[in-house]
Amino acid sequence: MAQIELSTIRKSFDGTDVLKGIDFRIEDGEFISLVGPSGCGKSTLLRIIAGLEPQNSGQVHIDGRPVDGIRPSARNLAMVFQSYALYPHLSTFDNIAVPLRMRRLSAIERLPLLGPLLPGRRAKERTIRADITAIAEQLDIAPLLRRKPGQLSGGQRQRVAVGRAMVREPRAFLFDEPLSNLDAKLRVHMRAELAELHRRLKATFVYVTHDQAEAMTMSSRIAVMMAGELIQVGTPAEIYDDPGDIRVAEFIGSPKINILPGRVRKDGGIDVLGTALRLGCGAAAGDCRVGVRPERIELGAGPFSGSVVHLENLGAEAFVHLAIEGAGARLIARLGDVRQLPAMGRAVTFGFAPDAVRAFDPAGKRIELRVEQAERIREPAHV
Amino acid sequence: MSDGSITIDAAIVPAGTARRSLPAHGSRRTYSAYALVAPAAALMLVMLLGPLAGVIALSFTDYQLGAPHFSWIGLANYQDLFADKVFWTALRNTLTYVVVVVPGAVIAGLAIALLIQSGTSLRSLYRTIYFLPVMATLIAMAVVWEFMLHPQFGLVNGLLRGAGLPAFAWLQDRSTALYALCAIGIWQAVGFNMVLFLAGLVSIPKQLYEAAEIDGASSGWARFRLVTWPMLGPVTTFVVVISGIRSFQVFDTVHVLTKGGPSKSTEVLIHTMYTEGFEFFRSGYAAAITVVFLVFVLALTLIKSRLADRGVHYT
Repeated sequence: MAQIELSTIRKSFDGTDVLKGIDFRIEDGEFISLVGPSGCGKSTLLRIIAGLEPQNSGQVHIDGRPVDGIRPSARNLAMVFQSYALYPHLSTFDNIAVPLRMRRLSAIERLPLLGPLLPGRRAKERTIRADITAIAEQLDIAPLLRRKPGQLSGGQRQRVAVGRAMVREPRAFLFDEPLSNLDAKLRVHMRAELAELHRRLKATFVYVTHDQAEAMTMSSRIAVMMAGELIQVGTPAEIYDDPGDIRVAEFIGSPKINILPGRVRKDGGIDVLGTALRLGCGAAAGDCRVGVRPERIELGAGPFSGSVVHLENLGAEAFVHLAIEGAGARLIARLGDVRQLPAMGRAVTFGFAPDAVRAFDPAGKRIELRVEQAERIREPAHV
Repeated sequence: MSDGSITIDAAIVPAGTARRSLPAHGSRRTYSAYALVAPAAALMLVMLLGPLAGVIALSFTDYQLGAPHFSWIGLANYQDLFADKVFWTALRNTLTYVVVVVPGAVIAGLAIALLIQSGTSLRSLYRTIYFLPVMATLIAMAVVWEFMLHPQFGLVNGLLRGAGLPAFAWLQDRSTALYALCAIGIWQAVGFNMVLFLAGLVSIPKQLYEAAEIDGASSGWARFRLVTWPMLGPVTTFVVVISGIRSFQVFDTVHVLTKGGPSKSTEVLIHTMYTEGFEFFRSGYAAAITVVFLVFVLALTLIKSRLADRGVHYT
C-alpha cells in the first residue's frame, strides 16, 4: 500500500519533450487512471514510476521516500503490461512463481541442478506453492496452472499477468493498457473484474489507458494528460461535468461533446449560432466555443433547428446527427426513447438548458458562466 | 433410454456421412493431389533420394572408379571398414573435433552476439569483422593459418616466445595437430553462429526483460537465465545441430594443412572417404564410409526434431 508523489517530472526523447513537468500525488489505496490520446506521455510517466525509464528531472517519492536511481526490482511495484509479458517457456504456475522465487530464494538456490538439493529450498518452495494456490483460487485460474501461456486465451493470460503482479503483495500496481488486446465484450467484463479486485485488495492502482470508458468506469480519480501535460485531475463525475479545458471535454464522453461556435458580447452575454443564451460571463468580448453534451440536447422544441443527416439506433438509446444550416456545424443528440426517432432528412428544432452549457475561450480554457434567468432558452430568443 | 438414443445417433450419423464420402468423388481429388505433388516429389527423388540410394547401393559393391565391371559383395566393405584401424582413428578424431568445436563455436558465438547486442556503437563494424571468416574461402584462410602456426616464423609461436612461453610445432606434433584444427574450426564457425544468435536476440520482446526486472531479476545473469537463454532455445538447437553437422563435414583444413597427418592424428571421416574414393579409387569402400557419416548426421537431425517436439519452440 503506497502513496506516490511526482514532482516536476520532465522527460524528453531525442530533444522532443514528452513530459513537461508533471506534479501529481497519488493517494494510498486509490484507483487512478492516467488517460489521454496516444503519445501524450502517459505510458512514459508510468514507466518512470516503475523505474523502467529514468526521468530527465524531477523526483518520484513512494511513501515519502525518494526512489530515483533505485532499480525497478527494488521499488516493489508490480506492473501488468499491455502484451502481458508472460514468460512463454514457463507454465502458469512458474510464471506466477518468478517474483516469489526471485525474492525468497538465494542466487545459489535458484541454480538449475544444484539448487533443488540445498537444504532450505524444499520448505521455501512449499510456501511459494501455498501462495500461488491461494492467488489462483482468487483469480479462478487454478485449472490453468500447468498450461503454458501459448495455450491460454487473451483473458486468461490477462488474469495470469494480474496473478503474477498480486502474488508478491506489492506496494502498488501499475497497469499499462492491460485491456487493449482483448475483444470488446471481454474488455467490459475485465473492467468489472479489475474494479472488484481493487475494492478487495484496497491497494494503490495506477492505470494507463487511452480508453475514456475504462477510466470512467473503474477509477476513483482520473488524470487527463495531453501533449506531456497533466491538464485535469478529478473524480470521473467532475471530469465529465466540469471539464477545465476543451480538450478534456472533447476527450471524455462518447459520443463526443458538441462544440458550437459562439461569441461573447461586450455586455458579457453569449451568442450561439446567432441566438443569445440567457447566460453571462466575465470574459472579454470575442469568439468562444460552446460545448453541450449529446444527452443535454432536447429535440423537438427550442430556438435552433437542423436537419437529420444520420441516425444511430442502439436499441436502448439512439443518437441523432443533425446538420445545422448556415453554420456548417454538425451536432449529435442522444434520444432516450427510440420510439420518437425523427425521419432522415427532416428538419428538427432543438434547444438546451443553460446549465448544460460549458463555454471555452479561444485558448481552450473554461469560461465561468452564470445563469441570468431560470427561464429555459428554448423560448424564442430576444436578441 | 440413453442407450437407445446413442444407437440411433450412431446408426444415422455414419450412414449419412458414408454415402457422401470418399469413393468416386475422393479418387479424383487424390489424382489431382498426386499430380500437384509430382514435380516436387520427382525433383526430390532425382536430386536427393536417388543419389542417396545410389551411394547406399554402391557401398555393397566392389566398384572402382572407372572400372568397366563391378559385382555385389554384400557387407564385405563394412567388414573391411570396421576391421580397419584407420577408420576407427578417423571416427575418433572426427568425434573429438565435433565435441570440441560445437561447444566452443556455440558459446563463443553467443558471447560475441551478447556483447555486440549490449554495445551501443560500432555494432555493424563488429558484426562484419566476426562474419569475415564465414565469407572468406576456407582454403585460402587455411594457408594463412599455416603461416601463423609455422613452428619457426609463425605469429602464434612468436607471441608465445615474446611472452616467455614454450613454442609448439602446432601442425606437425601429434598431440597438438587436431586441436590446432579445432581452433581454426571454431574461428571459422563463430561468425555464422553469432549472426544466428543476433537474429534470435533481436526477436526477444523487450517487455519480457522489463517484466523480469520488475519481478526482481536485478542482475544481468538472472535476466539471462530467466529470459535470454530460454527464449534463444529454438535458435540454440538450430545452431548446435548446424555446427554439429558442419563439424562432421570437416575436410578443407585437414586436406590443406595436414593431409590427415602426422601419423593419422588428424585423419577424419570425410578425409578418409576422399583418399579412399579419389586417390585409391575404391568407390564402393568410400561409399560405405559415406553411409556411416550419413548415419551420424541423421542422428543429429533426429535429435533436433525430437527437441523441437518437446517444446523448445514456443507460441
